[in-house]
Amino acid sequence: MVDAIVIPLLKIVILLNAVLVAVSYLVLLERKVIAFVQSRLGPMRVGPHGILQPIADAVKLMTKEDITPARADRWVFTAAPIMVMVPALIVFAVIPFGPEVELFGRSVPLYITDINIGLLYIVSVASLGVYGIILGGWASNSKYPLLSSLRASAQLISYEVAVTMTLVSMILMAGTLSMVGIVESQRDASLWFIFAQPVAFAIFFIGGLAETNRAPFDMPEAEQELTGGFHTEYSGMRFALFFLAEYANMIVISSVATTLFLGGYLRPFPGVEGLAFLDLIPAWSWFVLKTFVFLYVFLWIRATLPRYRYDQLMRLGWKVLIPIAIGNVVVTGVAKVLL
Amino acid sequence: MAEAIVFYGLAALILGFAVLVISTRNTVHSALYLVVNFLLVAMLYVMLGAEFLAAIQVLVYAGGIVVLYLFVVMLVNLKRPPETHQDPRRQTRLGLALASALLAELAAIIVYSATGESAPAATAAAAAGADIAGGNVEQIGMLLYTNYLIPFEVASMLLLVAMIGAIVLAKREL
Amino acid sequence: MLEAYVPILIFVFVATGFAIFTLIMSGLLHPERYNKVKLEPYECGIEPETDARDRYSIRYYLVAMLFVIFDVETVFMFPWAVIMDELALFGLIEMIVFLFILVVGYVYAWRKGALEWA
Repeated sequence: MVDAIVIPLLKIVILLNAVLVAVSYLVLLERKVIAFVQSRLGPMRVGPHGILQPIADAVKLMTKEDITPARADRWVFTAAPIMVMVPALIVFAVIPFGPEVELFGRSVPLYITDINIGLLYIVSVASLGVYGIILGGWASNSKYPLLSSLRASAQLISYEVAVTMTLVSMILMAGTLSMVGIVESQRDASLWFIFAQPVAFAIFFIGGLAETNRAPFDMPEAEQELTGGFHTEYSGMRFALFFLAEYANMIVISSVATTLFLGGYLRPFPGVEGLAFLDLIPAWSWFVLKTFVFLYVFLWIRATLPRYRYDQLMRLGWKVLIPIAIGNVVVTGVAKVLL
Repeated sequence: MAEAIVFYGLAALILGFAVLVISTRNTVHSALYLVVNFLLVAMLYVMLGAEFLAAIQVLVYAGGIVVLYLFVVMLVNLKRPPETHQDPRRQTRLGLALASALLAELAAIIVYSATGESAPAATAAAAAGADIAGGNVEQIGMLLYTNYLIPFEVASMLLLVAMIGAIVLAKREL
Repeated sequence: MLEAYVPILIFVFVATGFAIFTLIMSGLLHPERYNKVKLEPYECGIEPETDARDRYSIRYYLVAMLFVIFDVETVFMFPWAVIMDELALFGLIEMIVFLFILVVGYVYAWRKGALEWA
């Protein structure tokens, strides 16, 4: 009973809190990084260097008036943000933050669960996030959100094809769908898979940017043409849930990229004995560090690149990434048979 | 015992949402209930140990096909209710015929599986269990890429036809 | 094997519960001063004449259809990739045949302009 329910529940609550804190400080970090790139200071008022800004934001969003437009479909309008947020959170269930550790005399694995179909679970749960976007726009019954939600969902499913196909070549490398298994196979191979599969990494990262609607693929929120995107009509806490989901999805993409390509919780050069002193640093901190690097690159790209046009985006997804992804699977398969 | 309770609870929920899907007037609400229905079916698959099938259920049905439904709903956007056919009893009769055919089929399956041990699915499953160790995905893969190789390649032809069909249908509008 | 899925079920309940809890909490905290203009859809000050749910481009349908087909194809590749070690050359040839048929459809879609968005 304790092992089956209480420990997972504790881990889930801790993880949920960690994700919420990470999301709120990611928002602050984003504002600071972009401010730095543009020679500004960013938030400075709330606490030293704006360190308490996320708390102020959270309080504001909680107490803000939450409007349901008169023409909206009341139930779907409320269900849509929940339907975006729940998939974004439950994906974390299979991500390994570290190996087993000794805690209070018990050996506790630093992941919530390890299932045989881990990677497939991530892909399928993530594919459910599209509903909240379509339904949010539809329920608003307002033209900008509706147009934006159609665009966003078409963008999401277009890039999902290329990303899912890329994952096939990663499974060829690892020979398993279990996320822990994928990390361990990188230990066995003494190689982070980014060095074996740079093309797959590039496709995954570009697709990740597109699937989280981040710059340069933030078409659904293109202010000049669609005002605020599919959540234009949203305010208060329901808006906050959309916001939370978007940043949680960024963390998901970064964590999955870390696990698949950067060896997850493994130290650098996992096969080199001479660097064994690096094992003194706890394994989970390697995971956090690598994920943070990805998140920083997300923000950096947002501050650097201009936005794509919608037809260019669709062309990149369907005519460039998909053929490369198919080619990559074939090349990986051939290499695997030959080697 | 606990397993039976969960199973019947899930089955009841699935039936309930299925009824909601067909009884709701709003097409988008109906699609939403269908998603919930598919997710519950996926849970049923997990309970039966068919985890790969569960993931596919979520990925393809809940995550793909219903998106297609929603796009079609938005594309057509029925403002007024469809006109009734000249013969209003036509649908009822068709429904009854289909329902009785399905019922007969189910009854046949129950009778067949209760009497005959040599159902093809049973032997295949037994063979798979005996030959291949490892998880559900490995078992399905081994069967699909050895015993059922021809259906697998035929499936790709089917998908090709579906793709061409969709393009031909939509091309008139492009 | 089933035990591994129990935490996921718990997680679904916790995540949904959290979302509903925050909505209820903010429902208790936030002010409600509604008026008719505030509840209008946002259209940059112009009063909406018609329902926003109009008929949309068929391209979205086409993209969704192609997505479903490619999705199903990819799903077939997952178990193949897992057991590639055992299948070896035989498996590779199978998959190349399968992918060839997929590529034929893809080239058809490209030539017919189904992948264009302009």
